Amino acid sequence: MAKVVNRMHPDFATQSYVVEAFKGVALVTRQFARNLFAKKDVVTVHYPEDRRAYTPRFRGKHRLMLRDDKSVRCVACMLCATACPANCITIVAKEIDDSTIEKAPVSFDIDLLKCIYCGFCEEACPCDAIRLDSGVHTLPSYTRRDQKAGVVNLLALGSASIASQGGENRAHSHEGTAHGRSSH
Amino acid sequence: MHLVDNVLLNLVLATLIKFVGFVLVFVMGVATVLTWAERKYSAVLQNRVGPNRANIGNVRAGGLLHMLADPIKMLTKEDFIPNTPNPILFRIAPLLAFVPALLVFAVIPYGPGDNFQVSNTSLGILFIFAIGSLNVYGSVIGAWASNNKWSLIGGLRISAQMISYEVAIGLSLCGIFMIYGSVDLQDIARQQGSLILGFIPAWGIVLQPVAFILYMACAIAENKRAPFDVGEAEAELTAGWWTEYSAMGFAVFALSEFIEIILIGCVGTTLFLGGWTIPFLHGDAWWIVVLEVGGFLLKTLFLIWLQMTIRWTLPRFRYDQIMRLGWRIMLPIALLNLVVTGIVLTFIERA
Ligand code: SF4
Ligand code: SF4
Repeated sequence: MAKVVNRMHPDFATQSYVVEAFKGVALVTRQFARNLFAKKDVVTVHYPEDRRAYTPRFRGKHRLMLRDDKSVRCVACMLCATACPANCITIVAKEIDDSTIEKAPVSFDIDLLKCIYCGFCEEACPCDAIRLDSGVHTLPSYTRRDQKAGVVNLLALGSASIASQGGENRAHSHEGTAHGRSSH
Repeated sequence: MHLVDNVLLNLVLATLIKFVGFVLVFVMGVATVLTWAERKYSAVLQNRVGPNRANIGNVRAGGLLHMLADPIKMLTKEDFIPNTPNPILFRIAPLLAFVPALLVFAVIPYGPGDNFQVSNTSLGILFIFAIGSLNVYGSVIGAWASNNKWSLIGGLRISAQMISYEVAIGLSLCGIFMIYGSVDLQDIARQQGSLILGFIPAWGIVLQPVAFILYMACAIAENKRAPFDVGEAEAELTAGWWTEYSAMGFAVFALSEFIEIILIGCVGTTLFLGGWTIPFLHGDAWWIVVLEVGGFLLKTLFLIWLQMTIRWTLPRFRYDQIMRLGWRIMLPIALLNLVVTGIVLTFIERA
């Protein structure tokens, strides 16, 4: 069905624009006075001094979670690297003694310049080992190399996970927090 | 011989003092403040914060220090010259816009008598038209010399726009000349000090209200500011005719725009708001003169405020709308205004 467009047919006074222009001037002046003297409608956040809290769903810099014995939860299964659409996760695996886990990462690099913060790695991980809930906004740096987050770096934000995981050192896990935010 | 030397010296000295006092202190001072005021004012009325970061120590003074920071930035930035066959034209274009804008203040009477007018010439408003319209060359030559398509389109637009509105602005002011029978600005200002029927000040805005609206609209169009800024048109043309200008070249262009705002305010005050005269207040006492000069500056500031507010209120017209407005609406109204003024004047003379 055809859509009826209601065209405006302004009267002559409106079309002449003179009256409207002065009405506009009055409106603008009122808003100016209001912002200057009375209630301020200004919503600007003065950024470096005041910061807005990110929502809990904000996907920030990745972090690798820890087991209860503080070893890294990642079992180097490569699922995240496979899922990653930006191909920016590079994992080098090693064999470990624990026969139920078998593998652990030697190095776990994420190129934060390539990463699109889609969260697919987080979804893919069967071990709740990688998360984007650190709430850390990736900062700029002077070199590209600095944007490669290595395993040590990622672990620095890590914490224990509530999800249970196999392995010989298994113990009951408990709720962990990173930077005061609860894990989900 | 000695006497002649003295007279000449006095003349030069007096002119110099008037020039420094009015043009350098008032005009340049206000233009400098406007660079900050325009941004801050627009910010506040648009619910923004505006410039507030420039600081010395921890003193920010509401962004006032941006007046200081901007020239420093402009002077130390790279002064980019595009790959153009006309680098010399590109260089002198800002001056072509700046010098005429500053020159016209020579004939503005900002107080009673010759002491308050840099150069007393009976040409008055004709001088303003003649020199002021040279201004378009600066922008158009700059746009042409930029060797850039955006600049070129912007330049074409403003040249057509400014020349069209030159006609309307000239005709809109003719009514004023007919009423006061003079083109001498000092003379026009003095006549506005009288009263009609004993209580209405004989200001131009009272006698020629239509001309005042036409003058304001055309003057803003002459100055290429919103809603007539199709030459700049950020949304379509990047920055239009001054796309390629950076550093001081850009600053000089921007400053000449602010100076023209003041000029429009001064001319508008002189022709329509009674110039330096204050109704019901006449005399030669020094405090009256001070009041009159202060009144002139205040009226000018009022018109500057009006231009700024209009600039931040109205959206930009389309190019064809501007041309239609200029030729098919402004021009006929200006002519009609002229005819009506002539008829009324004739009747009054007969009566
Ligand atoms: S967030 Fe997306 S792009 Fe970034 S590492 Fe994870 S899967 Fe790759
Ligand atoms: S982070 Fe998770 S998905 Fe990626 S390799 Fe480690 S265990 Fe596998």
